Amino acid sequence: MSRLLEIDSLQTYFFSAAGVVKAVDGISVHVDQGETIAVVGESGCGKSVSALSILRLVADPPGRIIGGSIRFQNRDLLKLSDEEIRKIRGKDIAMVFQEPMTSLNPVLTIGRQLTETMEQHLDMTHDQAIARAIELLGMVGISDPERRLRQYPHHFSGGMRQRVMIAMALCCEPKLIIADEPTTALDVTVQAQILELMKDLTQRLDVALIIITHNLGIVARYADRVNVMYAGRIIESGTAHDIFHHPHHPYTLALLRSVPRMDRPRRGRLDPVEGQPPDLSRLGAGCSFYPRCSFAVARCASESPPLERIDGGHHLAACWEAAKVAGSLTRPS
Amino acid sequence: MTPMESTGAVWQSVQAAVQASTVAEDVALEHGRQSKWRIDLAPELVTVRNLTMHFPVTEGALFSREIAHVKAVDGISFTIRKGETLGLVGESGCGKTTTGRCILRLEHPTGGEILFDGKNLVDLDQKSMRALRQKIQVIFQDPYSSLNPRMKIGQIISEPMKVHRTEPTKAARDARVTELLRLCGLDPRFADRYPHEMSGGQRQRVGIARALSVRPEFIICDEAISALDVSIQAQIVNLLEDLRDQFGLTYLFIAHDLSIVRHLCHRIAVMYLGKIVELADCDELYGNPLHPYTQALLAAVPVPDPDLERMRGRRIVKGEVPSPMNPPKGCVFHPRCPLAIDSCAKNVPEFRELRPGHWVACSVI
Repeated sequence: MSRLLEIDSLQTYFFSAAGVVKAVDGISVHVDQGETIAVVGESGCGKSVSALSILRLVADPPGRIIGGSIRFQNRDLLKLSDEEIRKIRGKDIAMVFQEPMTSLNPVLTIGRQLTETMEQHLDMTHDQAIARAIELLGMVGISDPERRLRQYPHHFSGGMRQRVMIAMALCCEPKLIIADEPTTALDVTVQAQILELMKDLTQRLDVALIIITHNLGIVARYADRVNVMYAGRIIESGTAHDIFHHPHHPYTLALLRSVPRMDRPRRGRLDPVEGQPPDLSRLGAGCSFYPRCSFAVARCASESPPLERIDGGHHLAACWEAAKVAGSLTRPS
Repeated sequence: MTPMESTGAVWQSVQAAVQASTVAEDVALEHGRQSKWRIDLAPELVTVRNLTMHFPVTEGALFSREIAHVKAVDGISFTIRKGETLGLVGESGCGKTTTGRCILRLEHPTGGEILFDGKNLVDLDQKSMRALRQKIQVIFQDPYSSLNPRMKIGQIISEPMKVHRTEPTKAARDARVTELLRLCGLDPRFADRYPHEMSGGQRQRVGIARALSVRPEFIICDEAISALDVSIQAQIVNLLEDLRDQFGLTYLFIAHDLSIVRHLCHRIAVMYLGKIVELADCDELYGNPLHPYTQALLAAVPVPDPDLERMRGRRIVKGEVPSPMNPPKGCVFHPRCPLAIDSCAKNVPEFRELRPGHWVACSVI
C-alpha cells in the first residue's frame, strides 16, 4: 500500500488573550491508501483541530499552524498557495462533520449543494452534475433521488442529512475522507447505518478514511490503526488489536477501564480516570497526563516522554513506565 | 438468515463470551449488589398509569386551530419502587424526556395518572405540587445551560433551600452548601466561583448538589451524563451510585447509552415513539431481549473489543424513527421491524408479561 498522507510534527497553536493554547503540539500520523484510521480522544484534546489543520481550515487569527509538515501525495499542503489548497479541499480530501444541519446551507437545495462542488472541481456541466448527484444519492441509500434533489436540508432527518454529507464527500472521488465525529449527533440505530455505509463505500471505492471520535466501540469496529490523543499529543498509536488488548499508556488503559462494557459481566463500580482534563494554555514541562496518572514516577513531572516504539514494531507509546502499564494487565490491580 | 436473526445469534455469542469470561471477583460483586437491595420487596414510590401527553399542533396565527397532535407519550405505565433505579431508554423523540417532565409536572399530562407516594400528581393544584417538588428533583443533561451563569455556585445550590424553606438561616444554608460540595467531590471553595470557571464534569457535580440540597426522595436524571467526556462519565456514574446507597434515593434514569444504563439500573423500560415496548429486569433485558426493537438497539452498540466486534455481523435495522405526529398504525415499530407480519400494521400489540417481570409489546414473538 502506498503512503497517502504523512503528517510530521504538526503544531497548531491558538493565540488568545489568556495565553497560547497548544491545541496540537507535535503530532505525527500517516495514512496509507484505502485504510481506515481512528483518532480517539476526549473533547479539547486537539483531534478536531488536527483534522482542520490538514485542510488548512483553522481560523487565523486566533489559530496558526506554526510547525511541521503535512505531505499529501508527496506535496506539502502547508506550502501550497490558497488557490492550490482550495483545489484539494473537497476534491482529493473531503470532510464529513458532526452536525449535518450546521454544515449544510439551509437556503440552498440539496441538489445545488451537491452540484456546486462538482461544477467547481470537475468542470462538469450542470446536467452532468445533476446526473451524478442522482447517482450519488442512490449510492448512499436515499430513495427517490430526483425528487429529493430539489428539497432543502430541513426536509431531511438527521440520518438522511448525514447521508447527503457523505454523498457530497464522495462526489469528486476523493482519496481521503476525514470524518469528524460523523455519528455523534445521531441515534444509535442510525449511527450503525451511517457507519456501515461509510465502511462499505470507502472499501468499495478504495478511499482512505480518518475517523475522529470519542467512542471506543466505533474505533474497535472500524479502525485498522488507532491514534490516542491527550492534551494535543498522540500518546499511543498502534493497530486496533494493540491498543485494545495491549495498551501501553496509562491514559489508554484508564479510558478502556472507565467504560462499562456490555460484553462483560456487570461490575460493582466503574474505574474512572480521576481528576480533570488539563488546561492546554498551562501545560507544564512534564507529561500532561501526570497529574491524573496512577503509574507516575518522579521523572514524569519534569520530562515529557517521547512517543517511542514498543518491541520494535509499529506500536508506539509515550510513557516512561510503558512496560509497567502493559505488565499491569496480566496482574489485576 | 435475515439481519435480525443474525443479530440475535451474534448477541447470544456475545452473551456466551460473557459467561465464559466470568471472573470470580465479578461474581462476588454481583452477589453483593443483589443482597444489598431487596428492591422487589420495597413499596412502590412512583406509579405511572396510562400516561399520555399529546401536544397540539396549531395552524394560523389569530384564530389558531388544532390540526394535529404530537403523541409524545401515548399510554405508558410503569412503577418504580423505593430505592430502585428504573432506566428509561430509547432514541431521540421517543418521549422519554417528556415522561420525566410529566412526572415533574413541567408538562400537564393529557391523560392517565402519576402516583407519587399515593398522591396523584395530575390532580394536584400548583401549591401542593410546589410543596411536593421538594421530594422530586431533576438533574439535566447539559451542565452548561442548566446553571445560571450570573449566579455563584453557592447561590445556585442554596436556591432550592430558599424556595422550599428547608434551611431557614443563611448560615445554615452556607453550611449545607459546604457539606453538599464535599459530598459531590468538589472543593467547598467552589461556592464563590461562577459556572464558567468550571469544567463540564464539575458543573454536573454542582447540578447534582443542587438536586440533593432539599433532601429529595426521588431524582429524575435526564441524560445526566450524556454530555460528559468518557473519562468523566464514570466519575459521575460512581457519584450517583454512592449517593443512591447513602441516602436511599430512587432514580428515574433517562438515557440513550445502553451500556451505562445496564451498569446503573435495576430495571429498564425501552421506549419507542411514545410507547414502552419492553420492560424487564436489567439482566433479563440484556440477556434475553424479546422485542425486535430492543434487539436492534442492543445490536447497534459497538463494544470496545476489535476482535469481538469484527466477528459480529452486519446488524442494522432499516429506516429511521417516524414522526410522532403521524405514527404508524398498529404496532408503531412495524415499518422497520424485520419480524413484521400483515396484522402488525392493523392491531396494536398488547403489553404482555411473557416471563415473570418481563413485559413486551409485540404480537409476533
